Amino acid sequence: METLWFCIVAVMVAAYVVLDGFDLGAGVIYLFAAKGTPERRMILRAIGPVWDGNEVWLLAAGGTLYFAFPQLYASSFSGFYLPLMMVLWLLMLRAIGIEFRTHMENPVWQGFFDVVFSVSSALLAIFFGAALGNVIRGVPLRADGYFFEPLWTDFRVGTNNGILDWYTVLAGVVALVTLTAHGALYVAVKTENELNRRARRTALALWPVQVLLTVLSLAATCWIRPQVLDNYREHSIGMLVPLVVTGSLIVMFWAGRKGLEKAAFLGSCFYIVGMLVGAAFALYPVVLPASTDPSYSLTIYNSAAGRHGLIVGLSWWIIGIVLTLGYFVFIYRMFRGKVKLEDAGY
Amino acid sequence: MDSALIVHRLHFAFTATFHYLFPQLTMGLAPLIVILKTLALRRNDETYNQAARFWARIFGINFVLGVVTGIPMEFQFGTNWSHFSRFAGGVIGQTLAMEGMFAFFLESAFLGLFLYGEKRLSPRMHWWSAVAVFLGSWISGYFIIATNAWMQYPVGYERAADGSVQLSSFWALVLNPWAWWQYAHNMSGSVITGAFVMASIGAFYLLWGKYVDHGRIFVKTGVIAGCIFSILQVFPTGDGQGKMVARHQPATLAAMEALFTSQPGAPLIIIGQPNAEEKTIDNPLYVPKMLSMLTYRRWEARVQGLDSFPQEDWPTNIPLLYYSYHIMVGLGTIFIAISVVAVLLLWRNKLFQARWMLWILLLCLPFPYIANTAGWMTAELGRQPWLVYGLMRTLDGYSKTVSAGNGMFTLLGFMGIYLVLGILFLFLVRREIERGPVSEAGGGH
Repeated sequence: METLWFCIVAVMVAAYVVLDGFDLGAGVIYLFAAKGTPERRMILRAIGPVWDGNEVWLLAAGGTLYFAFPQLYASSFSGFYLPLMMVLWLLMLRAIGIEFRTHMENPVWQGFFDVVFSVSSALLAIFFGAALGNVIRGVPLRADGYFFEPLWTDFRVGTNNGILDWYTVLAGVVALVTLTAHGALYVAVKTENELNRRARRTALALWPVQVLLTVLSLAATCWIRPQVLDNYREHSIGMLVPLVVTGSLIVMFWAGRKGLEKAAFLGSCFYIVGMLVGAAFALYPVVLPASTDPSYSLTIYNSAAGRHGLIVGLSWWIIGIVLTLGYFVFIYRMFRGKVKLEDAGY
Repeated sequence: MDSALIVHRLHFAFTATFHYLFPQLTMGLAPLIVILKTLALRRNDETYNQAARFWARIFGINFVLGVVTGIPMEFQFGTNWSHFSRFAGGVIGQTLAMEGMFAFFLESAFLGLFLYGEKRLSPRMHWWSAVAVFLGSWISGYFIIATNAWMQYPVGYERAADGSVQLSSFWALVLNPWAWWQYAHNMSGSVITGAFVMASIGAFYLLWGKYVDHGRIFVKTGVIAGCIFSILQVFPTGDGQGKMVARHQPATLAAMEALFTSQPGAPLIIIGQPNAEEKTIDNPLYVPKMLSMLTYRRWEARVQGLDSFPQEDWPTNIPLLYYSYHIMVGLGTIFIAISVVAVLLLWRNKLFQARWMLWILLLCLPFPYIANTAGWMTAELGRQPWLVYGLMRTLDGYSKTVSAGNGMFTLLGFMGIYLVLGILFLFLVRREIERGPVSEAGGGH
């Protein structure tokens, strides 16, 4: 039962990163790929009807995490107090950047919110990557299951961790590059002409960086936490992960060259899912490793809610996810195709 | 008192109070917008569609702020109240997760369609998208209230070996009788906000002499809904909620009424300043024996005063609790008086000419917000010193690892950001009101 909920939370997090990832990435390329108001409005229209729904996956994944693993939620949210609060501020700034920009046809007003939207998108991508980096690297958990991390200490990976050290900064950069490419591919799918070409070129230019960073981050992970390979040694099914990651990188390059926008975007989706599943597979059954004493680590067993609650939750969760998938299919079909500026909206 | 405790309490209180300014309007407006859309479909009248579109734009701005200020609420359970989350997450995680799965997805998916999809959808489908947004926001309200109701009156749980509480009965949690009364009372309160805001803007247009047709629709819809729900707010919902408090939180009731000593035939204080040091009321104006009557339906019934309870179980801020409660009740009574008179004038076809009444409606705008805020302060201050009534004290629930200094840092950060958000909000809403319901142009919503 705990394993099942671990998988459910992992899937919801992956859904969040894939979905909100493309609108975060679209925000990152927004300032330099889109020249002038019409092109910027194209990007806003491409993400406008869906970004809020995508962000709800973060809330829903958070709520599900709270419900299934309350001890993990309590410990990690209080331990990552400062960066999480900053994430909240960035989410707010980004939302008003998207939604309030269109309320006034004034270049100063719009220019201000353009920068707010783009910069907060880029910082969020880095923060999310660094957060994942922290979870993989481990945190200074105490015997009572709590910890508090300062923003940084000496930037070295050790027992005296800060949120930012060279490893988590690397993870942040990986996330930024990955989501930027992801967003660029989404913008390419949704737009035409000059903007479409620039978005595709951005994704192609990022591809070698992405490959390099993938290799680098994997090597770094194996170096700082050799235990991540244990699950892969014991269960050969894990070897599917590197296959998916490599395969999707190849698809991204090949489809990007051929101008197959949708295939390239799908490749990027699979790449992200592959990387996240790979991380989850490596951690299992640990959910928050302790850098202090391995026995303090939070696992799915010592952080889960009561069994009765987990069983009951499964029935409403299945109903909820079926409904949700229904809405999402409906909405994405409703707004399918390339965006046109004539319709009402942003 | 521990200063970290105060910082964490202020942190939640400030962000929750600011947050709830927006959902109370969106939850209250949603059914009214559905009514306007229905009338537009039924009567095939474009004025009603313009009216609905105008309120949809106001709704959209409020919704964005409701979402962005709402995300910190869920986060703070973990960041600032981690000991509480570890203790109670096995129970209230259920309702909070269900809110995400059943309400947020529905709301967010259809909001885009409702705000931007009018041209792509048939009128009937657009009506359905409005209904979906309405349902989403009201379902969301239920799960939050069920969570709060569990903290006021915990049910359906059992103690686990590690001291935490875990779910034992899902249906007891979801069908908590406290939640039903609290939900009815709270949603009725939010419709009052929606209705009074609508009537106020309508009155503004009528007094201004611009968009008069729309102004009439706003005033008419607003005062009728305002009248119905102001009455429902007192009876049965307020009465039912009050009985819940009397039965399950008697110390809270005593503190709300500032009844320091137990007595038969207890009076109802209308105005007066509680003097917690002397345990009396200064300058009281009261109705004799009325509190006994309201609580137990008997003039001579004995009502427990604060002296019946150990002082460590008294609410920690009795004067503020007393004032919150009295402000809520006082404003609720005034809302009934105003809306009943307005409906009588409407019935006599005199309302739109009665400028004095339009002025009153216009100036009423802030008061439902104050009443709803005071109501929530009554609920939350009344629950003190408990975080989960009878099970966990507030003192034991905050994040011990997050120091007062770190808490203060983010509290100040939120204050700064919310100040900017508040200014932007007022600026944008003012623009929408000035632009009026007729002009469809403009890039925005």
